[in-house]
Amino acid sequence: MALLETINLVKSFGGLTAINRVNFELEAGKIVSIIGPNGAGKTTLFNTLTGLYQPDQGQINFNGRSLLGLRPDQIAKRGIARTFQNIRLFSDVSVIENILIGMHVHLRQSPLDCLLHLPSFKKEEKDAEHKAVELMHYVGLQGVGNELAKNLPYGGQRRLEIARALAAEPLLLLLDEPAAGMNPQETEDVIRLFRNIRDEKGITILLIEHDMRVVMNISEHICVMDYGEKIAEGTPAQIRTDARVIEAYLGRGAVAAQHEAQR
Amino acid sequence: MLSALCKALVHKLDQGIWPYLAVLVHIGLGTALVYSSPRSNLAFLVLISALLSLYFFKTDHRFKLFAGALLALLIFPVIGVRNIFYLEVIFQISVFAALALGLNIVVGFAGLLDLGYVAFYAVGAYLWAFFGSQQYFVLPFAPGTQPSNLPFLLPGDAFYLFLFLAIIVAALTGILLGLPVLRLRGDYLAIVTLGFGEVIRVLANNLDKPLNFTNGPQGITPIQRPTMPEAVVDGFNGLFGPLIGHRANAADMYNLFFYLLALLVIMAIILVTRRLNDSKIGRAWIAIREDETAAIAMGIPLVRMKLAAFAVGASFAGVMGVLLAASRTFISPESFSFMQSIGVLSMVILGGSGSIPGVILGAAVVTILNLQVLQGFSLYLSELRQSEAIIPLINFAWKDLSTQLDPAKYQRLLFGLILILMMIFRPKGLIPAQRRQRRLASDDQTVGK
Repeated sequence: MALLETINLVKSFGGLTAINRVNFELEAGKIVSIIGPNGAGKTTLFNTLTGLYQPDQGQINFNGRSLLGLRPDQIAKRGIARTFQNIRLFSDVSVIENILIGMHVHLRQSPLDCLLHLPSFKKEEKDAEHKAVELMHYVGLQGVGNELAKNLPYGGQRRLEIARALAAEPLLLLLDEPAAGMNPQETEDVIRLFRNIRDEKGITILLIEHDMRVVMNISEHICVMDYGEKIAEGTPAQIRTDARVIEAYLGRGAVAAQHEAQR
Repeated sequence: MLSALCKALVHKLDQGIWPYLAVLVHIGLGTALVYSSPRSNLAFLVLISALLSLYFFKTDHRFKLFAGALLALLIFPVIGVRNIFYLEVIFQISVFAALALGLNIVVGFAGLLDLGYVAFYAVGAYLWAFFGSQQYFVLPFAPGTQPSNLPFLLPGDAFYLFLFLAIIVAALTGILLGLPVLRLRGDYLAIVTLGFGEVIRVLANNLDKPLNFTNGPQGITPIQRPTMPEAVVDGFNGLFGPLIGHRANAADMYNLFFYLLALLVIMAIILVTRRLNDSKIGRAWIAIREDETAAIAMGIPLVRMKLAAFAVGASFAGVMGVLLAASRTFISPESFSFMQSIGVLSMVILGGSGSIPGVILGAAVVTILNLQVLQGFSLYLSELRQSEAIIPLINFAWKDLSTQLDPAKYQRLLFGLILILMMIFRPKGLIPAQRRQRRLASDDQTVGK
């Protein structure tokens, strides 16, 4: 059964239909990309999936249950974690505490525990701190635990955002343009990181990406959006040759030219 | 050359027994100064700034505790009972420090700008003012027409119970304010909280009809205090009589009692604040302050956490309100004006939003400026006016100086200036907030730092 499915999902802002009857299924354990030109509705889809927007029509089912009507924090609790297109770290907070904030839903401490600081509370905090350091190392950040998030270099901030999302121990990780602004070496590193996250932690990954090297390299399945609609879906090889995709990206002329060339 | 000398001196003061010596000398000097000239504001400033050197010099934990206790529990009481004005200053500092710490939770941690904070203070104060006075029996009478010789509703010792009740009532009021404003951010939130603060004040002002709950603008008096056993007064006189030089009476003891109680409340507040700060709740507040969208996407329930911030902040003010009502035995809506809210907010911002020692320092600086420095200047100027003195070079007689020129009247101007200068030169406050540096054993490179 699919981990995540959307049925006829619609979200519009005034006269603009940002997502138009999107049907989409995501298998557990896969790495799937959503691509499409600017303004295709990819980030809106993410925001709708995570509850920041409520859809106008349609269904979202996650792990067998509907997500409709839930608040973003409740959805996060169900097991969807995300990163943002324009990095949204807690910038005046240390790296470690950023990750600890990510663990919020898994810490069992009650308000009373927070006041009393009993041994069980201290143990949980200590364990959480250990786990946070582990996660920090896992995403490739070393020795910056007490550094403020805003002082990290750009690539480090992207990694930290991923660590923070992993801290929530999600079933599904949504990455919004995780390789944007990275050089080829960094891009290669994060591709390896994403593979590891899926292989070692068993977390399903859905990512939005513009960098075709990343998309074609990592995705097992690609979904293409344009003007709010899903226009194609398939393996990287299928997508590469799909006429509608080429049209969406390069215009009608390009499709004709390709036909020309094939003849 | 001079700076090198200073550096060497500062370096020396950072190690060995020197910092301990410096603190002790500061405390000793301040005590001696105040003791020998009990009317000098300057001497008092030297003494109270000993708390600062206690905070800044690197001494060990037990010494800080010991020296702090020495100051707060022995020197301040003796000095204070000797000259009751000092005790009043210290008491006001404690009250405002507690308020600033409460507002700090809402503004400094959770980043919710609250311009009506003093409303919760009013709730606490009016809670005890109503139940701890004769007001209950005055309910049917218009202000000023009540018969005399009314009984009190509750015994004075119910005060202790109301300290705890105020926590609950003020917290509920905080939640009440929080609920409608949860969707608002920044400026909008500030305006609504401002309105809420005014609503509470106007309620206090006008709830003298149809039933006389608050006695209107005249305020409620007398408000009861807990009983003070004779033995305490005698005991204090027996112990410290020779040091003080006059026989302390019950009124002195009440002042002392409320100061010590305020101190106790502050200790509790600091403990609660620090513990919450070091837990998932504190981290959630910081996350909300930094980025609400990211916070909610990480599973932090915004509504619950914001309400918690409002409730905790409000409860601190509520307790202090009960304390204020009992210590003054009189309260009126005037004490809970918008300017008070702004005053507490400026303490938080001046001291360092989100920083516990910072906001306490902010409260102390503002209160001392208010009560001592400006009034001291005013007094000095009026003395000069009455004298025959002349400003030398410009040949200006002091007695011709306009009586309009009264520093105490320029209090707000001065605060405005200070706040503007702070925003330019130290935007994070006198003692900026610092998150705890963790010792991360498994993250090697950090340990060396």
